[in-house]
Amino acid sequence: IIFYIFSTLYFQLSFSPLVPQENAGQFFSSGHTNNWAVLVCTSRFWFNYRHVANTLSVYRSVKRLGIPDSHIVLMLADDMACNHRNPKPATVFSHKNMELNVYGDDVEVDYRGYEVTVENFLRVLTGRLPPSTPRSKRLLSDDRSNILIYLTGHGGNGFLKFQDSEEISNVELADAFEQMWQKRRYNELLFIIDTCQGASMYERFYSPNLMALASSQVGEDSLSHQPDLAIGVHLMDRYTFYLLEFLEDIHPSSKANMNDLFKVCPKSQCVSTPGHRTDLFLRDPGSALITDFFGSVRKVEITMETINLTEPIQQRQKETYSYVDQLPVSEIIHQKPKQKDWHPPDGFILGLWTLILLVFFKTYGMKHLKHIF
Amino acid sequence: GCPKDDFQEELVIRPLHSGDIYASFQFRTLWETDFMRGNKVSHYRLFPKSLGQVISKFSVRELHISFTQGYWRTMQWGQPFLPSPPGAELWVWFQDSVTDVDGTWKELTNVLSGIFCASLNFIDSTNTVQPSASFKPLGIGNVTDHRFLRYATLPREIVCTENLTPWKKLLPCGSKAGLAVLLKSEKLFHSSFHSQAVHIRPVCQDWQCKTTSWELRQTLNVVFDLHTPGQGKLEWSLFKMFSRTLTEACPLASSSKIYIDITDDPQGEQFEVSPATHLLSQAMVLGDRRTFSVYDLTQQITFGTVRSLNLLIRWKSRDMLRPLLHAERYVAGYGLQTGEIHTLMYNNHPYRSFPVLLLDSVPWYLRLYIHTLTVTSKGKDNKPSYIHYQPSKDRVRPHLLEMLVQLPPNSVTEVTVQFERALLKWTEYTPDPNHGFYVGSSVISSLVPSIVAMDTNSTREQPLFSSFFPCKEESSYFMRVYTEPLLVNLPTPDFSMPYNVICLTCTVVAVGYGSLYNLLTRSFQIEEPSPGLAKRIANIIRKMRGVPPL
Repeated sequence: IIFYIFSTLYFQLSFSPLVPQENAGQFFSSGHTNNWAVLVCTSRFWFNYRHVANTLSVYRSVKRLGIPDSHIVLMLADDMACNHRNPKPATVFSHKNMELNVYGDDVEVDYRGYEVTVENFLRVLTGRLPPSTPRSKRLLSDDRSNILIYLTGHGGNGFLKFQDSEEISNVELADAFEQMWQKRRYNELLFIIDTCQGASMYERFYSPNLMALASSQVGEDSLSHQPDLAIGVHLMDRYTFYLLEFLEDIHPSSKANMNDLFKVCPKSQCVSTPGHRTDLFLRDPGSALITDFFGSVRKVEITMETINLTEPIQQRQKETYSYVDQLPVSEIIHQKPKQKDWHPPDGFILGLWTLILLVFFKTYGMKHLKHIF
Repeated sequence: GCPKDDFQEELVIRPLHSGDIYASFQFRTLWETDFMRGNKVSHYRLFPKSLGQVISKFSVRELHISFTQGYWRTMQWGQPFLPSPPGAELWVWFQDSVTDVDGTWKELTNVLSGIFCASLNFIDSTNTVQPSASFKPLGIGNVTDHRFLRYATLPREIVCTENLTPWKKLLPCGSKAGLAVLLKSEKLFHSSFHSQAVHIRPVCQDWQCKTTSWELRQTLNVVFDLHTPGQGKLEWSLFKMFSRTLTEACPLASSSKIYIDITDDPQGEQFEVSPATHLLSQAMVLGDRRTFSVYDLTQQITFGTVRSLNLLIRWKSRDMLRPLLHAERYVAGYGLQTGEIHTLMYNNHPYRSFPVLLLDSVPWYLRLYIHTLTVTSKGKDNKPSYIHYQPSKDRVRPHLLEMLVQLPPNSVTEVTVQFERALLKWTEYTPDPNHGFYVGSSVISSLVPSIVAMDTNSTREQPLFSSFFPCKEESSYFMRVYTEPLLVNLPTPDFSMPYNVICLTCTVVAVGYGSLYNLLTRSFQIEEPSPGLAKRIANIIRKMRGVPPL
């Protein structure tokens, strides 16, 4: 990681040899100290292959630009790569004629299949997860994190469909972001959505430091790009296809800013009109770099201290061990029945007995009690 | 001094009767440390830290987890070295110091779901069982109180590259050197059967067994289909199977070997392996003595002058040893209300009978009627010598049925039980309920009589594939067979009905009430129809004349 920082510095220095101090200064003066990405594909079933390909292509770009797997929460609602309908298993292609395999050999999906629900998505964003959730499934961001959130799937005016069985509305999403702001879970947040009528999802945002991009306006449908005849389904959506093409030109020390991102996929290529929203963003979008959200910043402190490692003391065990008999037939046949733990009688049984006793005493009177005691 | 650790890797290639080829990778790390006795382990070298922390935090005595895609076809491929059911399977023995086993089990499944990128967090009380006689510990130990054992399967779990990636990262050399270089997902998942597993258990270090080590075995079994690459010839090479060749052994490994099963043809007439090797080894595996050609990757000479090893295997035909035990399971019946589960167990030994332990874990939404349970062999009733049944509780516990059945020689034993399908609550259906609901595989554990005397000395230098199940007696060996999982359709409601009902009701109310309201509140007036053109002109003239209109 130290070498990465130094090599990036060197990159910066080598790009403009005339003003090295200025570039180095810019590197250290960005407002965030770590980057996170939450990438969600919400569609199930084989014909929604393109949504998984969309999410995986953003995942590839974000990994390439430096965000590590531990800082990416990837949610895929269905498995396309090892689906039995896939003619080339363990691959997900984004270009026809199978040019680019966005699934690759090194992928870690954190939420998959039935786990991708509205509840889990909102819990990841707000951090309110059950205590036994592993680290890879948590968004452990703080107030100096820049977060990239990418959603894709089927949507409509004001909602996004999850797995064809439930929906998230734009009001819920705006409230989740407000919860994140109040708990100081982000420094700046970039929200990208590629669905039909995507602009409706960011209409209701009201928290500061949010920037949003959508693939189509309200009333418009986002269209898919190209089918592949061997696989038999559409491979990518247009907006994400041109977004991927744009991101392929970005490298970790690129100076491209958000205004270039807004120009991705004009109406002539996308057929729908991409939209964006920057009024809640406090900085000027021209001063926000693409790598502020898609790349990664890792600050490293170098220390010269040394620590002495002590050798552990080995204890010698004295007992003799042996392997267990795998199928001890005679032992099993003569197994004693398990001693069931004694539980106090259930409420229903208690009530029933009380009723019986009450009826008995009411019928025969209390004088019979003396026969018992 | 520092606890010693040791890493061995091996690959066994066994050409199969049907032309397919079976490759089994095993990576074993032995570590002489002790997680349990209080001293915190902080320096990890070959043993992966994530698993070491799991063992010490959850007081795990044994952990076995496997992810499988595909079903092992025993009749065509013989017996596997390490059996596994389709989907994910996890069984864990906890130490006897654990007080709340269920709580620890829940936390352990969540942590493992993060390590292996799988949805193991769906393991809860509705699919966990506590077998009473199956799944005895495979490692050393004296205590076998089944209170500390938990077993769960997820038959729906998908295995893909995202499960292979963290699995490979647990290896000391990763996927950069040694045999793990061959593990490329594009080829591994384009196969008939793929299974990767992690087994952790304490083992004896030497024959005296006074000291123990922790053993971590990572195994990967794959069967490549003859017809998938397109050629159909009985010719396989490492490059054809894995699209890679080997260039070096893992530098951290003390032994790195490839074994090729040449048992049926030691002279080399029907069978050809190149580059040739003079190293031969015999091993007792699955009740049979097999001969193997050995390639030692730690010797530079194995790689030859090209410094890369691409084994080529060619054979003409091959006999298969008829498997002594195999099983089938299917659902009989019609309709969406009732059904019957049939489990068939075949004993193909001509004169010996042997006992099998059948473990069935059926989800609560298939309500089993145990009074209809029948076990028949050769047409006659076969009474099990041990039955353990734990009934299910709706939404809390699945059914657990364990039976010890003696299989007569050369026979088929059929176990049938009738069930009724439950109607789930609306929110309990998955997003794709018409796919069906899975019932996990049955597990059949048995002591199968072996053809040759098995080796009971467990600590002699043996290849890894023959030393997994501990062997207590010479005349039989332990084996586990898994049946197919079942896919049953539950009565599924039409989920669009709430919307339809609302639309219909609102329409009826609007039309019915609206019309009634109009009828009651509207006042009617009689209106003359407007007169024709001629009459209108005549009326204008009459108005001008001052005469009343027509």
